[in-house]
Amino acid sequence: MSATAATAPLLEAAGLTKHFTVRRGALGWSTGLVRAVDSVSFQIGARTTLGLVGESGCGKTTTSKLVLGLEQPTAGAIRFEGVEVGGLDRSGRRHYRKSVQAVFQDPYASLDPRMRVGSIIAEPLVINERAGADARRRRVLELLDLVGLPERAAELFPHEFSGGQRQRIAIARALALSPRLVVLDEPVSALDVSIRAQILNLLRDLQRRLGVAYLFIAHDLAAVAHMSHTIAVMYLGQIVEWGDADAVALRPKHPYTQALFAAALPIDVDAAPEAPALTGEVPSPLAPPGGCRFHPRCPHAIRRCATEPPAPREADGRLVACHLYE
Amino acid sequence: MPAEPVTTGALPVPDVQAQPAREARGGRLPYFSLGIVALFVLVAILAPLLSPADPADQSLRNRFRPPVWMEGGTAKHLLGTDRLGRDMLSRIIWGSRVSLAAGVITVLIATAFGASVGLVAGYYGGRVDAVLMRVTDATMSFPVILLALILAVTVGPSFTNVVVAIAVILWARFARVIRGQVLTLMGLDFIAQARIAGAGAWRIITRHLFPNTLNTLVVLLTLQIGYVIIVEASLSFLGAGIPPPTPAWGSMIAEGREFVTSAWWVSGLPGLAILLVVLAFNLLGDWLRDTLDPKLRQL
Amino acid sequence: MAVPVIDVQDLRTHLVTRWGTVKAVDGVSFSVAEGETLGLVGESGSGKSMTCLSLIRLTPRPASRMVSGSIRLDGDELTRKSEAEMQKIRGRKIAMILQDPMSSLNPVYSVGMQVREPVSLYHGLRGRSLSARAAALLAAVRIPAPETRLRAFPFQMSGGMRQRVVGAMAIAAPPRLLIADEPTTSLDLTIQAQYLGLLEELQHQHRLAMIFITHNLGIVSKICDRVAVMYAGRIVEMGPVRQIFKTPTHPYTRALLESIPRLGARRDRLTAIEGQPPDLARLPGGCAFAPRCPQAMDRCRAEAPPAFSVAPGQTSACWLHAPA
Repeated sequence: MSATAATAPLLEAAGLTKHFTVRRGALGWSTGLVRAVDSVSFQIGARTTLGLVGESGCGKTTTSKLVLGLEQPTAGAIRFEGVEVGGLDRSGRRHYRKSVQAVFQDPYASLDPRMRVGSIIAEPLVINERAGADARRRRVLELLDLVGLPERAAELFPHEFSGGQRQRIAIARALALSPRLVVLDEPVSALDVSIRAQILNLLRDLQRRLGVAYLFIAHDLAAVAHMSHTIAVMYLGQIVEWGDADAVALRPKHPYTQALFAAALPIDVDAAPEAPALTGEVPSPLAPPGGCRFHPRCPHAIRRCATEPPAPREADGRLVACHLYE
Repeated sequence: MPAEPVTTGALPVPDVQAQPAREARGGRLPYFSLGIVALFVLVAILAPLLSPADPADQSLRNRFRPPVWMEGGTAKHLLGTDRLGRDMLSRIIWGSRVSLAAGVITVLIATAFGASVGLVAGYYGGRVDAVLMRVTDATMSFPVILLALILAVTVGPSFTNVVVAIAVILWARFARVIRGQVLTLMGLDFIAQARIAGAGAWRIITRHLFPNTLNTLVVLLTLQIGYVIIVEASLSFLGAGIPPPTPAWGSMIAEGREFVTSAWWVSGLPGLAILLVVLAFNLLGDWLRDTLDPKLRQL
Repeated sequence: MAVPVIDVQDLRTHLVTRWGTVKAVDGVSFSVAEGETLGLVGESGSGKSMTCLSLIRLTPRPASRMVSGSIRLDGDELTRKSEAEMQKIRGRKIAMILQDPMSSLNPVYSVGMQVREPVSLYHGLRGRSLSARAAALLAAVRIPAPETRLRAFPFQMSGGMRQRVVGAMAIAAPPRLLIADEPTTSLDLTIQAQYLGLLEELQHQHRLAMIFITHNLGIVSKICDRVAVMYAGRIVEMGPVRQIFKTPTHPYTRALLESIPRLGARRDRLTAIEGQPPDLARLPGGCAFAPRCPQAMDRCRAEAPPAFSVAPGQTSACWLHAPA
């Protein structure tokens, strides 16, 4: 599937930036800047999935929070359905809220333990719509059916369900307002391996049936490659490569992407031995290296890499931020 | 007292390994403490019916009668009489009213106010939290007894003064504990989910945070009742609490102070009553804390 | 054939819980030779961690009970040993690395103090030679500037570094058997790759027998020689990694391999395993996997299958493979 869709993207991030100031001392002097997300640009087409991968400190969680509106960008913009989100009025923001929902990683922390499942799923409806209790009840049953749970689940409490079933409840809740985009932040990492396939299949089916787009964040690269149409690879707050999922996964161009997918350890016992592991630690986002942020660990670094940050360039239908491809 | 999170947070599937260790406690009712508390409440409510005599009835001929099981005791005064000949059993029964009322009312007021402060401070964080917590800290460091004494001297001792003096300082403890728990809850995803669904502060605090602090509140509440009863008794002992002629266990102890060697029951029996009741509440609170452990059950 | 470093026969460990008796380890048998790595694969509740804790008798008390079975370390029977004797074995002969690097190290002691502790305990060194040996251990796990790091505290180090320190403590003796319980699960992918390489090197250097517990089949294929797949406290399939991954025979193993997304083999749907992981307090009679098995027969529900040999060195506990 081509990365560059002909139609306008559903969600577009342009130069998205988020810096956190670190404060110390009694009076709160600012002692540092965490460049969590630094001028990140990507697009998510309607009914497609963008996979976001990277290791700790790369900024993918912060990016998801920016998309969800849980954090405000320091700079840059998010455009949803062509309209800039930052400049929306009250009703515009409400529309955005309803259109973008989320499913998080921990099935044991994402459901209020004191509420019945029916109320949990109905909550977005209660807050946002004026429909009566009957209409809500019908919708809850519809959603339970959609995610493969029985009707009587609505009367039960979260602790009566297993991890996989709880994620289904979380998915039902996320779909309550018929969103156009759902942010999936490690939706299956906390589940047993035998259950993951069930949930991943469910997510794909829902995408086909409901036409919802996904921002899929996970550290299981094979799962990301399986679910996504396009993949963006992040390192220390920046996107280093972005393109068609299969292309990025099987023929990675950026040295970091290559190391990352090599470390993903294929199950295939006949696979060729992969490149030697990367040396060094993942640097702290408080003090990212100058020039290309990856250069201290890069096996192909040249002089230029230490001084000049590479701009994303097009190469074979995808974007790569690396001097090797200029 | 450490705050206890309601959900297990980071643990994935319930781990079979972790469960067995919690076998011992909980599951069995604490008959002793529940019995004493129930008895205490019943006695306090039914005092007019249960009391064999008018607690204010004086009879100088009958002073210092020992309890019935000692020499010189009489069935008319099962627990003996005090220095004014008043029936000890009746006074203890009526005194339970004072202790129970003081305990429950004070704790309820402190809970309502303290929990509200804790919820707001934990939810908003930042400056709101900082300011509220400084006020809380300052309050917690003020001695209750001193405040009650000041009130007694300026406005005159009364039941209301006791309740006010204690509640005005006790709420801080609740605020601290609840705030701690709210901070833990705020890190859990379901709060973020409520925000994503569009919930505002009021809804999140009342619908999501507060119900998840109930377990902690109930435990803390129970444990504090014992504390308040002791403080009230101390104040009455010092003369800054419930004024005579209302029988209060603390003032009864004070009255019998000089006669501890000769007529020990005048101070001893009300003291025993305090001990039993406070012990019962504390044991009950401990049992509740173990039973309501979120890993096992919900309230 | 040399005596294997560890030889386990019919190990059974039960847990008494308020929900009933849980057969956490239900008749497990395996052996690991010097220089060999056995992967122990399974989901939560499969019994892989409990099996290894049983080896060093650190199962949770008082609920757990090693009901039967034999554990031989270099031919020496461990089940007959007293607690005092077991204490000498833990750390010295059998070492274990756990999953969470944050809680494996004591936050109030420096790294040096923690690494020195096993060294002084096992080798009786003191003073300068003790510090030198501790620094050498840190160097062996490829921690840069080891002498300075001795003074560092755990909170000053990253997760990957901490796991290395834990690794250094584990090989202080060095032990005969190293058990690694999901040591890389909380590490970043590129750090994981480094760590696995380190473990392989240490194993080679000290001729360790290694048991690697994981649910990640990719790791198994990289560093394990043989693999045992566990389900509900029993080993359902065991054999050389290559063989098992190419020709899995047990329905659970096959379903597992088919349900995992693979890079480069994009399929439309993953083959999901029906149902839920079993409730160990209420196991059905017969084969524990029968409720979810696409090929279950009546016999499976009635009787639990023993392990049958399906190929040289490969066994499968399934009635499908019973000799006709």
